Amino acid sequence: MIGPAHYLGVSALLFGLGLYGVLTRRNAVAILMGIELMLNAANINFVAFTKFVDPTFVRGHVAALIVITLAACEAVVGLALVINAYRHLETVNVDQVNLMKG
Amino acid sequence: MNAEALAFYALAAMVLVGGFLVVQSRNLVHAAISLVPTLLGVAGLYVLLNAEFVTAIQILIYVGAITVLILFVILLTEGATGLRVRQRNEQVPLALLVCGILVVLFLVVLLRVPWGPPTGPMPAYNPGAVGRSFLMPYVLAFEVTSLVILASLVGAIVVARREG
Amino acid sequence: MGLGGLLDALWQVEFLRMVVLAAVVFTFLAVGGPLFLVLAERKISAWIQARVGPKHVGPHGILQTVADTVKLLQKESIVPHRADVVLFTAAPVLVAVAALLDWIVIPFAPGVIVRDLNVGILYFAAVSSLTVIGILTGGWASNNKYSLLGGLRSAAQMVSYELPLGFSLLVVATLTGTLSTVRIVEAQPYPAHFYPSVIVAAVVFLIAATAEANRIPFDLPEAEAELVAGYFSEYTPMRFALFQLGEYGALLASSALFTTLFLGGWKGPFALPGVGPVVDGMVWFLLKTYAVVFFLMWVRWTYPRSRIDQLLNVSWKILLPVSMANLLVAGVLVVLG
Repeated sequence: MIGPAHYLGVSALLFGLGLYGVLTRRNAVAILMGIELMLNAANINFVAFTKFVDPTFVRGHVAALIVITLAACEAVVGLALVINAYRHLETVNVDQVNLMKG
Repeated sequence: MNAEALAFYALAAMVLVGGFLVVQSRNLVHAAISLVPTLLGVAGLYVLLNAEFVTAIQILIYVGAITVLILFVILLTEGATGLRVRQRNEQVPLALLVCGILVVLFLVVLLRVPWGPPTGPMPAYNPGAVGRSFLMPYVLAFEVTSLVILASLVGAIVVARREG
Repeated sequence: MGLGGLLDALWQVEFLRMVVLAAVVFTFLAVGGPLFLVLAERKISAWIQARVGPKHVGPHGILQTVADTVKLLQKESIVPHRADVVLFTAAPVLVAVAALLDWIVIPFAPGVIVRDLNVGILYFAAVSSLTVIGILTGGWASNNKYSLLGGLRSAAQMVSYELPLGFSLLVVATLTGTLSTVRIVEAQPYPAHFYPSVIVAAVVFLIAATAEANRIPFDLPEAEAELVAGYFSEYTPMRFALFQLGEYGALLASSALFTTLFLGGWKGPFALPGVGPVVDGMVWFLLKTYAVVFFLMWVRWTYPRSRIDQLLNVSWKILLPVSMANLLVAGVLVVLG
């Protein structure tokens, strides 16, 4: 029988992968992809808790939907910053973007 | 093994293999495309968790919009021309250690938690339940989220606009 | 029935059902889509331009596409030099599968639907957005600048037109109070005071669907004169056929959804004598769907191609505000109604 622990296990592993991506990647877009993985891991938890712990008001679904919305906002702003940085510095590697003014 | 377990393990494999390719691919376009199976797998897990509305939104927003946006930016900036560029920084061993410890910690904790039965039944009509929840108890969160969307819209346009 | 209902049935039976239905829908898509529509397109274009069109293969040329398909299948399959083999191969499959997945929520007749999801039209919007990824991938993996430009143009266009499309779906959902395609058909004909909203939503949907299907006047991604053929320039016949299948499949699916949302789906003006409700429903449904397809072809052969700035302006400055205002009006109508 698939219980909450199974879903949370997958989510923990996915979170680990995402964190590893964020910590080791140099490219800003790749870091953003790592963040998306971590947000998805959190969402799996929210939705799993809704089913296995507290289904009455589908609170977890609400939280997951807000996270998805904020992820979209974050991607939009983050990618706009990346485009801007690339235009000025011709690199998107975060360890080379180290100027305080462009 | 019953159908649920079969579906769960298949989806979990899809999510984790996809996620591994996302963080591991040297080619950024491959990494971005690997997001597609990962996010679709997560959507599949939502199906198993009776979250139909979240599933549809996950595919619509994550797969249909965010992944496309990421692909777009990769193609507009370095694309695959960055293939010969070093993609990782010098933190790899440290990051492996931190992530490993964190995952083990998570797994230990979640195996020790006693999971009781759920507090009630799932509402029968999922989109309706989500809508009522959004507009009654969580209407403040809903409105604040819409403000954030507006702010990020304006912010993104201002930041990405070419000056002059 | 919810998506989770998949697991209630015995899974082996469900799996078998899934495979059989996939085969049936795919066959319908291949025959009713490219095979028939390419011929229809050529005949209609010929008729509009006062030509004869294909006439040598079979009586009145009706076997022309069959001959063309056989020709396509015989040709060599080539992967361009230094292309990304895996993604190059996967892209057309993804496009075709996305078109196939659209059909799960389309009701052909009362009870004839693959699955009546409770998030039906949202699901449709979600899976049809998968096409963009296939096109973008195919364009990039071809290792050709024309393909890449075509892919990027296509993605920009489809992402901008998804919003007005989504808003017209929302209008229908607001008016009928459901996301399930079957219940939307059952809720029709709409009460007369909903008409202003419904008509605006239908027009916006039709324009946006034309753009989503990359057809004239919105066919910039594959503009032959400027971009060779856009994202599928480098594709050899078999895979090109899959792209065609996806494209015509999406066109047919948009027309079917238009029929479902605005033309009353399987409901006809009168019942056909001597057949059951299922056959009756299917006949009316297909008749209406192909009428919409005919309309789109008529538009294609009547109007010239627009420029990319015109195209994006139409979406962001006209369709989007109009559809947002329309959603507001629909809400007011429901509250007052």
